[in-house]
Amino acid sequence: MTDPVQSLDDAELHGVPLLRVDAVVKRFGGFMAVDRLSLDVRAGEFFALLGPSGCGKTTLLRMLAGFETPDSGRILLNGTDIAAVPPHQRPVNMMFQNYALFPHLTVRDNIAFGLKRAGLPRAEIAARVAEMVALVRLEGMEKRKPDQLSGGQRQRVALARSLARRPQLLLLDEPLAALDKKLRENTQFELTQLQRRLGTTFIIVTHDQEEAMTMADRIGVMEAGRLEQVATPRQLYEAPNSRWVAEFVGGINILEGQIESRDAGRMTIAARDAGHVIAAEPLHCLTKNDICVAIRPEKIRLSKRPPASDAGHAAVINRLEGIIIGVNYLGGQTTYQVKLDGGAVLRVSVANMARLDVDAYNVTQRVVAWFTPDDCVVLDQ
Amino acid sequence: MSGRRIFASPARRAAIAPYLWMLLFFLLPFGFVLKISLSHTAIAQPPYLPVFDLAHGFAAIKAAFAALSLDNFRLLASDDLYVLSYLRSLVVALISTSILLAIGYPIAYGMSRLPARWQPVAMTLVIVPFWTSFLIRIYAWINILQHDGLLNKVLLALHVISVPVVWLSTDTAMVIGIVYSYLPFMILPLYATLAKMDSTLLEAASDLGSSRLKAFWLVTFPLSLPGIAAGVLLCFIPIVGEFVIPDLLAGSNSLMIGQTLWLEFFTNRDWPVASAIAIVLLVLLLAPLLIYDRLQRRQLEGRR
Ligand SMILES: Nc1ncnc2c1ncn2[C@@H]1O[C@H](COP(=O)(O)OP(=O)(O)O)[C@@H](O)[C@H]1O
Ligand SMILES: [Mg+2]
Repeated sequence: MTDPVQSLDDAELHGVPLLRVDAVVKRFGGFMAVDRLSLDVRAGEFFALLGPSGCGKTTLLRMLAGFETPDSGRILLNGTDIAAVPPHQRPVNMMFQNYALFPHLTVRDNIAFGLKRAGLPRAEIAARVAEMVALVRLEGMEKRKPDQLSGGQRQRVALARSLARRPQLLLLDEPLAALDKKLRENTQFELTQLQRRLGTTFIIVTHDQEEAMTMADRIGVMEAGRLEQVATPRQLYEAPNSRWVAEFVGGINILEGQIESRDAGRMTIAARDAGHVIAAEPLHCLTKNDICVAIRPEKIRLSKRPPASDAGHAAVINRLEGIIIGVNYLGGQTTYQVKLDGGAVLRVSVANMARLDVDAYNVTQRVVAWFTPDDCVVLDQ
Repeated sequence: MSGRRIFASPARRAAIAPYLWMLLFFLLPFGFVLKISLSHTAIAQPPYLPVFDLAHGFAAIKAAFAALSLDNFRLLASDDLYVLSYLRSLVVALISTSILLAIGYPIAYGMSRLPARWQPVAMTLVIVPFWTSFLIRIYAWINILQHDGLLNKVLLALHVISVPVVWLSTDTAMVIGIVYSYLPFMILPLYATLAKMDSTLLEAASDLGSSRLKAFWLVTFPLSLPGIAAGVLLCFIPIVGEFVIPDLLAGSNSLMIGQTLWLEFFTNRDWPVASAIAIVLLVLLLAPLLIYDRLQRRQLEGRR
């Protein structure tokens, strides 16, 4: 059986990647901030580094910009090692987490700063600044100082400044973290548009998985200095390769158990507090017999009566009975907590397709939660 | 706004404290000095006339007012002694402050780049001379600078000089003493500005193509200008009026204005001229303060 998301992968790595990080290690004292991390990024890609706070994202970015030197490993840009190239000579620019705008310079001079250092002729600097100002829609703000700008405007100045030199690679360290939710969503969209238009390779750092999924072509999930998984947003969500990634990216139900039997692409699993579950054989190998079944909340459906098996599903549907113990109405969807007879609590989210609540379930109502083997991802515990 | 409302809340009451302070310790004494500067000397107690005395009625006060004159100020303008004193003070202050800045800036910069746990230590080292009396430290300099003092001995031993140099009672000795004494006042405000500067700004400058030296000139230096202004003012103004250091370390052929003032007040017992000297000095020193205030206000407005 084929994984529905497998085909999305592997346009990967034909020819030399723009950036190759090869077994890079960075220690602070005895602490491994980046631990033998390897990564390839293609030219023109929008790549997101996603991970919890303190996992080493900023440290990795700072090594790419040249502010930190790897203890071992290599960083190749267009195939050449840039270890010896100081930050001010790398064709890489960085947008800092706190923006790091020069407070004593106007918007125009902030944007022109890197162009002047590059020794461009005056007329060209003026033209390039105007272009950048238009790009980030800051017309009329050129003469303002950074502290006369709003957070969103400052963010755009920082972006314009880092793009002005037309870097081959732009590094963005949590560029939207300081913005409020609404502005952040708009800016995510704009940033994606901008990247497509310019074709510049972006590496963006974020701890917000929704942000990463919204913007990036591929996402690298980082944990404790290592890359746990590098994949497209869809792959990451539908086919996580570890329990940690599955739990970090989006909500998920985890049922722990043992494999009882494997047969023709199906495995029967004795889940500890949910009875037997039949799941599709995963693509990655399982190392142990103790495994867990991961099911996204929206993959589980509810009904009052057990659904009839139909031929299309080859008669295999997991049906787990239980009662509703919690209902959270969220507008577009409703999430239910279902306490299974086996003891496990499942989170199920149901899209609210109709305005009237004919499909709604109530607390204490008895329901059947059902899902197909293909909805399950089997992972090592 | 009525008086009642001004004193309405404790916060409001606290807000007038600085004004009260100004009134009590600046404006009132200033009024006295100004009045004395408009009087003339007399062999009397106090040693000037006229004296306002409410006991003799309104007419006497009116007469006293009529007796005030600008004669002392005319004297200051006409006699080279005073003009040269003022000039010498300004020149000495200018030279000393320049040297202070040239020495103080690198020290403050170095301090701000120390690892965080060493910075308080460096700070203490800068302040530690204050724990010894100022006069004792200046006397120590006399000891160091005298004919067979430490400085000559070291220079002789190093064969920099072949015969002892006369240091004491020269302008060099005075400038050394001033620079030594005022160095903490230059370092501390500079350090305060440099230490709170965001180091990612330098990384940003570097990221945008500046070498370290360029980044210093384009980012660190302009951002430390407020610290420079504070340090320069903190040194320049008191140095202009400095009296002890020139008296102990410089020669006696030309005087700084502080010394001239002392001479008029104590040796000549000419309180009115001494007061006039003080008033002119104050007006001279107001100029840099006003400029500083103007600059700071502009910066604040820029920040709004
Ligand atoms: N200069 C440094 N000295 C010591 N430890 C550091 C330094 N920079 C980062 N670290 C540590 O390395 C880890 C990773 O930091 P960072 O890369 O900033 O994480 P992230 O950006 O993912 O939140 C953190 O535990 C942090 O405390
Ligand atoms: Mg970070």
